[in-house]
Amino acid sequence: MQHGKYRFIAGFLALPLVIYAVFVISPFVQAFQISTTEWSGLRGAAKSIGLDNYDKLLHSDEFWNALKHNVIMLVLVPIATLALGLFFAFMLNVGGRSRRGAVITGVRGAGFYKFVYFFPQVISITIISVIWFNIYNPDPHDGMLNSLLGAVGLDSLQSSWLGEKDIALACIMVVMVWANVGFYVVLFSAAMASIPRDIYEASLLDGANRLHTFFRITLPLLWDTVQTGWVYMGIIAMDAFALVQIMSVNMGGPDGATDVVPLRLYQTAFRDSQFGYAAAMGVAMLVVTLLFAVLTMRFARRERIEF
Amino acid sequence: MTTETNAVDRRPAVSGPSTGGAARGRKSRKGAEGGVLNVFSHGMLIVWALMVGLPLLWVLWSSFKSSGDILTTPWSLPDSLHFENWANAWNKANIGKFFLNTIIVVGGSVIGTMVLGSMAGYVLARFTFPGNRFIYYLFVAGMSFPVFMLVIPLFFVMRDFPGIPLLATYQGLIMVYIAYSLPFTVFFMTSFFRTLPTSVAEAAMIDGASHLRTFFQVMLPMAKPGLISIGIFNFLGQWNQYLLPMVLNQNEDKYVLTQGLANIALQQGYEGDWGGLMAGMMIAMLPVLIVYFIFQRQVQAGLTAGAIK
Repeated sequence: MQHGKYRFIAGFLALPLVIYAVFVISPFVQAFQISTTEWSGLRGAAKSIGLDNYDKLLHSDEFWNALKHNVIMLVLVPIATLALGLFFAFMLNVGGRSRRGAVITGVRGAGFYKFVYFFPQVISITIISVIWFNIYNPDPHDGMLNSLLGAVGLDSLQSSWLGEKDIALACIMVVMVWANVGFYVVLFSAAMASIPRDIYEASLLDGANRLHTFFRITLPLLWDTVQTGWVYMGIIAMDAFALVQIMSVNMGGPDGATDVVPLRLYQTAFRDSQFGYAAAMGVAMLVVTLLFAVLTMRFARRERIEF
Repeated sequence: MTTETNAVDRRPAVSGPSTGGAARGRKSRKGAEGGVLNVFSHGMLIVWALMVGLPLLWVLWSSFKSSGDILTTPWSLPDSLHFENWANAWNKANIGKFFLNTIIVVGGSVIGTMVLGSMAGYVLARFTFPGNRFIYYLFVAGMSFPVFMLVIPLFFVMRDFPGIPLLATYQGLIMVYIAYSLPFTVFFMTSFFRTLPTSVAEAAMIDGASHLRTFFQVMLPMAKPGLISIGIFNFLGQWNQYLLPMVLNQNEDKYVLTQGLANIALQQGYEGDWGGLMAGMMIAMLPVLIVYFIFQRQVQAGLTAGAIK
């Protein structure tokens, strides 16, 4: 019996573990090793150069420029996405007019809204990029956004969007927010639904209004979810690869204004064949991601409220 | 009395969806604050719905327009239905081939992920043995590795793999998709199997069923809700995967849809066969749309499951 048990365990774990070890764990370990070499990808031609790649990285304006954009995204995109997500979720769940005897006063058609908002989550980032590439078409008559602005008389706001150095990055961030708000609306709606109504009822008896209930009840009780959501969103903000690659002018342009670390890494490796240097960028990404997660967990920590 | 009405009026909701029938006869009780807030909130909700919905609908109606019209009058409806866009996309732009590639790769990898993920999850959830925790955390740790960091070494692991060619092959891509889906799948299935009652499996064992049989005939059927959620999650994630094929699948014959579309889009800039591209995007979205329409709740629950612990 015992023997059979261990044979069963080994049999069930062997294949998943092997595949996982070969394609995930071993690359993870190798990344550190490759980052200490100078390597054009030729078999056996890697030259060990210690930490030189990291030194180069620290002194590379290109890298800092890209990292700066990722950090800007890391700060702004989660704030905007989570704020909108919370706002819409609260509206969907609480924004409705009250009706006779029913405590439940969600907005009419809440399910429909969630269905629409969530849509960008299920389609490929490639498609999202192509759509927004058209929305941002710089032509004042042909561009979707520009022609819309023209039609309502806001010609002065027309712009070449992704071609404009000052706002190109913001344009990319808008797409990230656009694509991810729905995820948080659904997530926060589910979390809000699990808050017991007596808490609301009690607070209402005490004369609280909606604003109060949101900041004094909903938000504190959702804090755990918000925190996890923040980390999730931060990881997405560290990426932005497909959006920048497909949408931006000259990949990362104009003039490096939308460059991000993943794009730098991709081009350093697969266009310039500097694999050691690119691997160092990868390790740097790991460090930034972990730092972000730890900081978020640390600063956002609140006493957990059981309900 | 007035205070009481007021309190009722301002009473917030706890859950959203079930709004339907009870909506009648509320006008009389509506307070001023509720009314203003309601108009405002509804307005915001509608604006956002349009912002999200219109661009997506735009792809649909543009896929029936001529390329010239898409560019010069992006908001106009099609003057006549250009069905040839769909045919062009399928044949000339090779979307048909990419579609088939995607079906093969995602089909293989979703099945593989589900089988291997639930096997590992089951063993890790229900058996105590030395190293159990270590293996579990090894899998879970994979969720926090940035894929960009792994993709360079991975490229060489695939290129130099002894025996079987893995770069730009179905089998290579399938195995990579499985490997990168395992951390979350194992994490999810382990916690799912933990929630299932132990008594049924014990009864089966007492009746003489082997471990293998207990797993396939008793536990897996019981785990069906979990399998559906994680299956949808993996299907969507793998169908839309972009970076991994980008790096590991650089042969145009083996392109998956996301690559093919990105390739077309990158090559043509603001010129070219936009009608074909729009139709191609619709074709690429179709399976996902079908899944989303049918399993809306499960999709939403499945995709957000990772964020609720």
